[in-house]
Amino acid sequence: MIQHIVKAYDEELKKLHDLIRYMGELTLSQINKAIQSIVDRDAELAREVISEDQKINLLEIRVDELATRILALRQPVASDLRTVIASLKISNQVERIADYAANIAKFSLNLQKLPSFEEVEGLPILIEIPKQMIESALIAFEKADLNLAIKVWHMDSEVDKLYKAYLQNLFAAMIADPKNVNPCTQLLFAAKNIERIGDQSQNIAEAVYTMITGKPFQESDLAKNGSKI
Amino acid sequence: MAFKIDVQNLNLFYGEKQALFNVSLGLPASQTTALIGPSGCGKSSFLRCLNRMNDVVPNLHLEGKVLLDGKDIYDPSVDVVDLRSHVGMVFQKPNPFPRSIYENVAYGPRIHRLFKDKSALDQIVEKSLTRAGLWDEVKDRLQQAATRLSGGQQQRLCIARAIAVNPKVILMDEPCSALDPIATAKIEELIDELREKFTLVIVTHNLQQAARISQKTAFFHSGYLVEAGETGELFTTPKDERTQGYITGRYG
Repeated sequence: MIQHIVKAYDEELKKLHDLIRYMGELTLSQINKAIQSIVDRDAELAREVISEDQKINLLEIRVDELATRILALRQPVASDLRTVIASLKISNQVERIADYAANIAKFSLNLQKLPSFEEVEGLPILIEIPKQMIESALIAFEKADLNLAIKVWHMDSEVDKLYKAYLQNLFAAMIADPKNVNPCTQLLFAAKNIERIGDQSQNIAEAVYTMITGKPFQESDLAKNGSKI
Repeated sequence: MAFKIDVQNLNLFYGEKQALFNVSLGLPASQTTALIGPSGCGKSSFLRCLNRMNDVVPNLHLEGKVLLDGKDIYDPSVDVVDLRSHVGMVFQKPNPFPRSIYENVAYGPRIHRLFKDKSALDQIVEKSLTRAGLWDEVKDRLQQAATRLSGGQQQRLCIARAIAVNPKVILMDEPCSALDPIATAKIEELIDELREKFTLVIVTHNLQQAARISQKTAFFHSGYLVEAGETGELFTTPKDERTQGYITGRYG
């Protein structure tokens, strides 16, 4: 994109992108730590995730403030306006994803009070696609990459499939032995939060779609364009 | 969509130099159309073609059609004075005549003989000043010199003068560029009210103003009409990269 005549405007828009990229990096690290704390039964790591969540909340506030400032002082239009609006939405969604990571850390603490349980090994597998979705959705935002955004959008159905399969495993374990009900319940909650991370990442992809095309996201448009990837 | 003015394939030359290239643009009735673009892009030239203000320019040559209610205003049978009673104009700097407030508004109706007696003229003056949002401020001093009004009041007086002859279309060339924000807001509010009765065309360098007051926006560049469309759409999702560059401040 050609630069603005007013350099400070470009710097502010870049800062907006930088803040969101940083939010994304921190959030991915939070997710990794939360899952790791379950697998390693590491209470300290789980508590770290819970306390670090505040950092991401504060970053969201900074994005809000900067976006509001740009709207008031620069009166952005066209692609600039759509970028600022997308930033507000995306930072809100990333903040929500970080909340899910903190939730998973809380279930981690609950699990650690129970005997170790082999079904926890399913979580690192289940989290893989949602992590890729966050990462790719934010790259799609930064590079205004429509194809990547659409690709991310389609990844969510895979997450839903894996989530359902994992639930089946947990139900089977509960039926096999009532002692499993307690840990399985915690894992069920954790898995639900992972599934929600996929949904939120899909929402980011939708925000990127609107930012690039200027049109509200509609699933029927994807089919029409034949842009299924 | 009914166009009050329909410009078709307009080419404008100042001597050898071509100022407008094959411009076709419809101006919808009861809407404000904003013309935007960098200096020298042809937007003011275009505006001046709409009431033949360019006629006095030497070596001017024009091709194409400008239809007002379906009738070509460049047809030899058209009386230019009559045309200008249908297509009024408001300029960048307020330019009241060095006469009283009353006489400024009464001037047009007088030369076009639009009234029967003095009381009918009084009514036209009051109605025009009221429509221009100026009546309450000047009703007790109608005989005072118009030049003693503030800049914003003078501009509203010029608008009252333009609407006194009950035109179909009002052209405005940067009508707020010499005014402070409060006076500008009053003119913008006025433009929005006037559009119910008149078709308005405004040239402005203030893009936010174009976005605020117009329903249709046309972007000119180097004598070409690059893009025209619904204002909300043009300012959120312009189709042409040159439009995008200009309105976002990336124009180089």
